[in-house]
Amino acid sequence: MNNRMKSKLFRSMIALTAFAVSITLYALKPVGDVVPDADNAGLKLPDGFGALKVAETGAKTRHLVVTPQGDIYVKLAKPNKEGKAILVLHEAPNGKAELKSSFGTYGGTEVALKNGYLYASSNTEVFKYKVNDKNEVINPDQPEKIVTGLKAGRQHETKSFALDNDGNIYVNIGAWFNACQEKDRGLHSPGIPGCPILDSMGGVWQFRTDKLNQSYSEGVRYATGLRNMVGMDWNQQDNQLFVMQHGRDNLNSSWPELYTTKQSAELPAECLYALKKGDNAGWPFMYYDQIQHKKIQAPEYGGDGKKEADAKYIDPAMAYPGHMAPNGLLFYTGNQFPAKYKNGAFIAFHGSWNRAPEPQAGYFVVFQPFKNGKPDGNWEVFADGFSGSPEKTAAGRADHRPCGLAQGSDGSLYVTDDSKGTIYRIIYTKK
Amino acid sequence: MKKYFLIISCIFSCVQLMAQVKTKAKSRPVAGLALVSGKGIYEKYCLTCHQADGGGVPNMNPPLIKTSYVLGDKTRLIKVVLNGFSESVDIDGESYSNVMPSHDFLKDQEIAAVLTYVRKNFTNKAGPITTAQVKAVRATNKKKT
Repeated sequence: MNNRMKSKLFRSMIALTAFAVSITLYALKPVGDVVPDADNAGLKLPDGFGALKVAETGAKTRHLVVTPQGDIYVKLAKPNKEGKAILVLHEAPNGKAELKSSFGTYGGTEVALKNGYLYASSNTEVFKYKVNDKNEVINPDQPEKIVTGLKAGRQHETKSFALDNDGNIYVNIGAWFNACQEKDRGLHSPGIPGCPILDSMGGVWQFRTDKLNQSYSEGVRYATGLRNMVGMDWNQQDNQLFVMQHGRDNLNSSWPELYTTKQSAELPAECLYALKKGDNAGWPFMYYDQIQHKKIQAPEYGGDGKKEADAKYIDPAMAYPGHMAPNGLLFYTGNQFPAKYKNGAFIAFHGSWNRAPEPQAGYFVVFQPFKNGKPDGNWEVFADGFSGSPEKTAAGRADHRPCGLAQGSDGSLYVTDDSKGTIYRIIYTKK
Repeated sequence: MKKYFLIISCIFSCVQLMAQVKTKAKSRPVAGLALVSGKGIYEKYCLTCHQADGGGVPNMNPPLIKTSYVLGDKTRLIKVVLNGFSESVDIDGESYSNVMPSHDFLKDQEIAAVLTYVRKNFTNKAGPITTAQVKAVRATNKKKT
């Protein structure tokens, strides 16, 4: 056999293997049985996508995780009437799910599944539960407490977290202030010098998943200067933590001489940050102005809306319009959606309130394209219509408010609503 | 005939309108002023959190529509404006996480006007709060730091 023949044979072998692999992959894809609702669950989606209401729980459903066996773990903000705050739903082949069981007596926000454990957080602690080979929790009443004693105020109290591939957990400890003012959200109230609460909140803390009862002294302040983060995810492509910060409020109501109500509705940006150990994103001393594309000194700390902040603070990876409240962040690693979505980020914007008297905004799921682990290109609204109508969006009186995001093992995208407790599943239906 | 009827009804409604304007103008110096400035103060200091419809923000800023805090004890209500509100209590079965800052920089008359406005709008139908009532509460109010 000469070289030319060899290479020809090699090429056809590759083609054959690829064909066989794709057939196998296709056979594994169970999406065929799942049927979108006739009205796509009331959502507006790009061409080729459909949606269904998986369940209507009537609870404040925050974050969720879906197992390959079709169980859905959903964390509730508060325990339900039965006193339980983690729901376990099971999906029928058509995609509709029924309540299977419930456990956990603490309200909170986050739930995640990794390497044989289910992780869930209250507003001060993080727990883990061992699961069996079907990803079912073995002892729902006996979790192991891995993190305890975290500070929680009345605002920004929830503890979202993300898990890396090296046994670490990254926990949001939100600041219990808006902008670290002497009188929180007060008129003309200056910033507390140095904002000393940053020693124990307003950042991301890193703990180990294999150690119990860790608190501040066992953890590491991984990144600081972050007001509050609800959407967090680990990017597998560049092995890095990404977070969505909830930007500060009340620029006009605290500083009416410096900011009009319109400026205050637009500013500051809701920022996506790529975090490395030791990073400082600058809260409360600065905010990011997505219109000027600058880091601006906060009015509480000598700013006037124009003065730029110290360059030592990190820049956001991407900036979005103000006050839209990003509650869910998910890097899409599935194969069901078209190729452009792979490794990009979905962001669930819970919807604004601090834009009043300007019309409110958000209440949708956005897609942010990524390339090589970095945002690449403009974001676009992916799923809209949760609020019920443009008028309801403008008034801030949304029927449903997107919160948590999860990817099914078949590549479907799940979205929770923490207002009425609807769980949505978005699928790609084009063949 | 039809035309004639139209003209008559037009004249009739014009007279009605004029009469209305007249009464409004007459009563303006007394009750009218308080109502107008109450709305202005609401829009300047309250609306961004409690929203244009007084409905608040779920889980964050309490609604002002028919809640016990708005319709009930006047002293308690006046104190909320003077001291702000950051207690972890449920309001009519729901909890709200946001901090309301003190608004003690408002004058007695302004607080009376805005609370009267709130108690008479957003489908509320409660009695007014007077400047004297605010003054009395402020005098005995223990200031929070």
